Amino acid sequence: MNRFNVNKNKCKGCGLCPRVCPKKILRMGDNMNDVGNRYVECIDDDKCIMCCMCATMCPDWAISICDPRENKILFESERS
Amino acid sequence: MSKKELLCGNEAISEAAIKAGCRYYYGYPITPQNEISAYMALHLPKVDGTFIQAESEIAAINMAAGTAATGKRVMTSSSGPGLSLKQEGLSFFAAAELPLVVVDAMRAGPGLGNITPSQADYFQATRGGGHGDYRQIVLAPASVSEAAELTRRAFYLADKYRIVAMLLLDGMLAQTREPVVINQDPLEDDFDKSWAVTGCKGRTPNVVKSLFLQERSLEEFIEKQLIKYSVIEETETEAELYHTADAEYILIAYGTPARMCRSVVDRYRAKGIKVGLLRPVTLWPYPSRMLRDTLRHAKHYLVVEWSAGQMFEDVRIALGYDRPIHLLSKLGGSLMDIEEIDNKLDELLINQGARI
Amino acid sequence: MTTYTMPESLKNVRTHYCPGCSHGIIHKILAECIDELNMRENTVGVSPVGCAVIAYEYLNLDMVEALHGRAPAIATGLKRALPDKLVFTYQGDGDLLAIGISELIHAANRGENFTIIFVNNRVYGMTGGQMAPTTAPGQKTLTTPYGRDGKMGEPIDVMHLIEPFSNVKYLARGAVYHPNEIRKTKNLIKRALEMQISGDGFSLVEVLATCPTYWRMSPGEAMDYVKDNIAPHVQMGVIKEQ
Repeated sequence: MNRFNVNKNKCKGCGLCPRVCPKKILRMGDNMNDVGNRYVECIDDDKCIMCCMCATMCPDWAISICDPRENKILFESERS
Repeated sequence: MSKKELLCGNEAISEAAIKAGCRYYYGYPITPQNEISAYMALHLPKVDGTFIQAESEIAAINMAAGTAATGKRVMTSSSGPGLSLKQEGLSFFAAAELPLVVVDAMRAGPGLGNITPSQADYFQATRGGGHGDYRQIVLAPASVSEAAELTRRAFYLADKYRIVAMLLLDGMLAQTREPVVINQDPLEDDFDKSWAVTGCKGRTPNVVKSLFLQERSLEEFIEKQLIKYSVIEETETEAELYHTADAEYILIAYGTPARMCRSVVDRYRAKGIKVGLLRPVTLWPYPSRMLRDTLRHAKHYLVVEWSAGQMFEDVRIALGYDRPIHLLSKLGGSLMDIEEIDNKLDELLINQGARI
Repeated sequence: MTTYTMPESLKNVRTHYCPGCSHGIIHKILAECIDELNMRENTVGVSPVGCAVIAYEYLNLDMVEALHGRAPAIATGLKRALPDKLVFTYQGDGDLLAIGISELIHAANRGENFTIIFVNNRVYGMTGGQMAPTTAPGQKTLTTPYGRDGKMGEPIDVMHLIEPFSNVKYLARGAVYHPNEIRKTKNLIKRALEMQISGDGFSLVEVLATCPTYWRMSPGEAMDYVKDNIAPHVQMGVIKEQ
C-alpha cells in the first residue's frame, strides 16, 4: 500500500498537486490514462509525509493518501 | 352557505386561488391587474400564505418556479408587457414540467400600448410566446363568477398535467365588479408530487431542470409532452354553444365580446333571425374539432374580437376556406359598441337578401 | 479512523470541468460543509447557467437549475416554500452580476434567508471566455480582444453592492489557490450555512476562482495569478457578519 495513490482515470493531469507538494515528489507522468490525460505520479513514495496537501488541492478527487505503517486511509477519494 | 360578494374579476380570481389552496403569489405592479397583488398582499397572510412584490415580472415568475419546484400551488399574474417578460420563465415551466397558474389581464399592445381592454395577447398565450416546442392551457372567462370557477379549474389542470394553466381575460372583465359566490371547498390535492424538491430524505435526489444535453433526451421529452397535449385536447377542451344548433349565422367570440354577442343573439332571435354564438372557454386546446364537425351548417361566421383577428386564424384553421368567415375587430384598446356588431350582422343579412 | 472521506453530498463521478478548474475544489468544500452540518437530506441547491449548470450531476442532493441570472429568485421561492431547508445558489460572475444583478440586489435587500456561493473567475467560461462584470481593466477576453477599457465599465465588487443592506448578514471572500486557502474558504462557507440554519438571513461567500482555459494559462499559473495579482488587492475573509 503506497502513501500516495492516484486514480489515474480521474486525474486530468492539471498539475495543481505537484505545485503544492512540500516534498516536491509529484510530477506529471508519461503514461496516459484511458481518456488520454497524462496523470500525476509520485517519484518517491517514502518521502511522502502524508500531509494530504495534494489531495486537498485536487479538483477531481483523484488522490487518496494512506499510512501503510498503521494501515489506515488518511484521505479517501474513492467512495466504494 | 358561502356568501355572495361584489368582486371584480381580479379579486374573484385571487379569492378563488386562495380557496383552491394557493398559498404563494409573486407579482409586480401593472395595470389592469393590480387588484390581484393588492388582494393577495391583504389576504394571503391570513392563511399563512406568502406574498412577495418582486422586483420585476422576470423575478416573479422565477420565484414562482422555485416554489412550484417544491410541489406547492403558486400563482403569478400580469398584463401584456409583463407576460412578454415572463415568456422565458413559461418556457422553463414547460421544460421542467412544473405546474403554475398565470393570469394575463390583457391591455392594448404592442409596446406600452395603453391600459384599456384588449384581446391582442391571444397569439402569445395560445401559441406560446416563449421559445421551443411547448403548449400551455389557456382558459378564457366571460364573467366574474366564471373567472373564479376557471381559476379553480386552472389549479386542478396545472397539477393534473404538470403544466402551465393561463387565465386570459380582457382588462374590462378584470376590473368589472359583479356579484359572485366563490367555491369554498378545498380543491383536491392528492396529486403525485414525488418529483418535487423537498430535501432528499429517504430517496434519491430530485432535480428540477430544463437542460437536456444527453443525445435525444429533449426529443424524447417533447414526444412525451405531445402525448400529454393530445390527451388534454381530447379531454379538456371546453366551449359554450348558444343557439347554434339551427343557426344560419354563428358569432364566435370569447371573454367580454362574447357577452355582447349573447345579447345580439337574443335580439335577433326575437326578430326570428337564426343567429347563434360559439364561445370557446379553452383557447388552448381550441374547440376546432367541435367547429369543424358540428358547426359547419351556418351560412356565415362572424368572429368578434378585440384584436386584429388572432382567434380568427383558429376559426380559419378549423373551417378552412370554403366557409365564409368574417371578422369584426376593435383595435388598440378602443371600446366596441354593441351596435357595431348589429351593423356588421345586418350587412351580412342584407347581402343574403334577408329582410331585417 | 480516516481523517477525510469523500462527502456523501458529492457524487463519485468524473466531472466535465477543465483540468485545474476551481469548480471541482469548490464543489468539494461545499459538499464537505453540507455533510458536516448533516444537512444533505435537507438541502435544495440552485445551479446557474454557466459551467456549473450541471452541478447536480456532481452534488448528491435535491437541486433546481435556474434560468440565467435568476437563481436568487428561484432560491427565494424555494426558501419561502421550505423555510426549514438549507437553500443555496451556486453562481458565476456573469450569472450574478450581469444578467442577474437585479435578482441579487433585491433578494439581498429582502434579506432572503439563503446562501449564495459566488464563483468569481472574471470570464464567461461556458460560452468561450467573454468579458464578465468582474473582468479586470486591460484583461483580454473574447469580447475585449484589446483589453477591457473604461468604456466597457470597471469590475463590479459584489461586496460594495450589497454590504450596505442591513438585511445582509454575512459576506465573505475566499480563494482556493492553495490548500490553506481552500480550508479557510471552506470555513467561510460553513459559517454562512450555519448562519442560514439559525435563521439569520442573507449570506454570500465569494470565491476567487480561476479559468485556466480562458485566462490562457496553465492551471498552476492561474492559481498563482490569483495569489499574486488578485487576492492581495481585495479584502479577504469575513467582510460582514452580524
